Amino acid sequence: MASKPSEVEALIGQKYRHGFVTDIESDSLPPGLNEDVVAAISRKKNEPQFLLDWRLEAYRHWQTMQEPTWAHVHYKPIDYQDISYYSAPRAPVNAPKSLDEVDPKLLATYAKLGIPLHERARLAGVAVDAVFDSVSVATTFKDKLAKAGVIFCSFSEAVHNHPELIEQYLGSVVPAGDNFFAALNSAVFSDGSFVYVPRGVRCPMELSTYFRINAAKTGQFERTLIIAAEGATVSYLEGCTAPMRDENQLHAAVVELVALDDATIKYSTVQNWYPGDENGIGGIYNFVTKRGECRGRNAKISWTQVETGSAITWKYPSCVLKGEGSIGEFYSVAVANHYQQADTGTKMIHVGRNTKSTIVSKGISAGHAENTYRGQVKILPSAEGARNFTQCDSLLMGGACAAHTFPYMEVKNPTATVEHEASTSKIGEDQLFYCLQRGITAEDAVNMIVSGFCKVVFKELPMEFAVEAQNLLCVSLEGSVG
Amino acid sequence: MLKIENLTARVAGKDILNGIDLSINAGEVHAIMGPNGSGKSTLAQVLAGREDYEITGGRVTFDGQDLLALKPEERARAGLFLGFQYPVEIPGVNNVYLLKAALNAKRKAAGLPEVDAYEFLALIKQKMKFMEMSETFLTRGVNEGFSGGEKKRNEILQMLVLEPKLAILDETDSGLDIDALKIVAKGVNSLRDPKRAVVLVTHYQRLLDYIVPDQVHVLSGGRILKSGDKSLAFELEERGYDWVKASRVA
Repeated sequence: MASKPSEVEALIGQKYRHGFVTDIESDSLPPGLNEDVVAAISRKKNEPQFLLDWRLEAYRHWQTMQEPTWAHVHYKPIDYQDISYYSAPRAPVNAPKSLDEVDPKLLATYAKLGIPLHERARLAGVAVDAVFDSVSVATTFKDKLAKAGVIFCSFSEAVHNHPELIEQYLGSVVPAGDNFFAALNSAVFSDGSFVYVPRGVRCPMELSTYFRINAAKTGQFERTLIIAAEGATVSYLEGCTAPMRDENQLHAAVVELVALDDATIKYSTVQNWYPGDENGIGGIYNFVTKRGECRGRNAKISWTQVETGSAITWKYPSCVLKGEGSIGEFYSVAVANHYQQADTGTKMIHVGRNTKSTIVSKGISAGHAENTYRGQVKILPSAEGARNFTQCDSLLMGGACAAHTFPYMEVKNPTATVEHEASTSKIGEDQLFYCLQRGITAEDAVNMIVSGFCKVVFKELPMEFAVEAQNLLCVSLEGSVG
Repeated sequence: MLKIENLTARVAGKDILNGIDLSINAGEVHAIMGPNGSGKSTLAQVLAGREDYEITGGRVTFDGQDLLALKPEERARAGLFLGFQYPVEIPGVNNVYLLKAALNAKRKAAGLPEVDAYEFLALIKQKMKFMEMSETFLTRGVNEGFSGGEKKRNEILQMLVLEPKLAILDETDSGLDIDALKIVAKGVNSLRDPKRAVVLVTHYQRLLDYIVPDQVHVLSGGRILKSGDKSLAFELEERGYDWVKASRVA
């Protein structure tokens, strides 16, 4: 099939479907970053002193740090003074009390994205804490959750209503100075989501946040903190989309998860930020730090991600397995098409005895894309009987793309078992021809083969989102026939 | 139904087919036999539309249409089925899902409504029973972890569901034990019909004990050296391919 590049190119040239801009007056800070800006953000949000101090410390630390260069990605230097660090849609009153008060244009934006804000919407049963640029505009299902004792709100609300939890847990998994982008986020984060599931409570519904970058030249720096107390269970889904713009936009988020004894947190991501056009112009720089800590015995944290968007992805959702018998999982599908660059993977840090981790990574490259799996499995001397299984598979579509695998393993306890399997395959011409010979179109055949390749990961997603992820994958790769 | 005239084809700069002439009418079963490397599989692949082969000359009409001008999927929808010599595994893609997509692609092209999941399940269960396949095939990936015999049986199952006008079976008998061979033959025979035709590509006469051909052709060096009725297959079995080559030279 390689003999017909023109047909392939035409099919690959699928346009980004979520590229539109909502015309809302923004209340933005001018571009630039210094201690005054950090203080201004904190003041705008009316934050307590401890948080301002924390931000300033992070900022000072950030100034001493260098942007990391080890990732297998290439981009022009980012001018951090050219970014506006705060942008909020201007609302008639400070915060909308219900959906009726939300700017209809905003709701229309969500409607275009197919995001379910209403209870009657497609994904009924999902509570959405929608982050529009920097401020949460609507939260649903709060009452039902409140009855179960679950706190699910914007980060800003949590700062005001539950400052003791914020003070206790913020930065306890990803310290302010953890890395360059995490430090930047810690200094300037504007909003995000907060979840607290109390002892013994199984969260009665899937929780979901959709992030969306709208205003031009605004970085988005959200901060998510999820705490599952002893025996609690929660499943959280994050979905992301951004409008089309020529310039690159920076997105540096931090997600922290804390699972105490016997708690389970399942965190699923469907990331569809604007990837840039077919010539590699524009697109989101997605530099994200996600880490979960199994702090208690038999705790479990499971990351599932489907990454189809962003010009550059730099992201390693990780698990620190401290509690005895705790479990970390990472299931990932990363798609890179055109000139997208993805450097993604995970870190599994085994600290406690009999801790277990599973890594399943599926990378798909098409066009001129670069797709890198980078993973670290670290077994500390204390992790008696620890076990890891890693499987990394790469699928190449066409001859101009590349896949790389960098597994790092560090085993400091002789009783540990670490297994690694890796494979790279091209979408087989044999597979494709087999489908064609059965009358199936090349597009459908590729979708089928790719979906089959990703099946083990999709199985980990909540049902509704598995369908969405599958559709997204089809759109991202339509016709990328090798 | 199928008319091949002076067909020549090459792959990687090497001539494989050197002028094939062959006419197949509806209702007929033709066997194409020949030694390794004679071009049998190439002929099957070229007819199905594999792009690795370069057609250098000749023409092929299928039901009056210029077959070589059609894309592989169009040929399939027009009723041409290739039973692969080495059916490929497609991990994670459900065997039945693929078959349902194939059937619906064909129906859509014919202007028929798609079959729904229930109708399809009933249909495939019936065909699977006929092919003596266990229902575990319903949930497995396409040829994933199938034994050689299971793969071949699965090809025939697909053929029975798709009901092609022209089935080209490329060494469907290789790697089958006698019981499996009988089942495969039963499947092929059940499709014999005045409106359909079958081309059996095979090394051995054994298959032809169970599927009796109307004509047998001997392919060697990319040409059909000899054609005859089923007795030719017996003669070949007895005297070997060299006999045909020798008799041709003489």
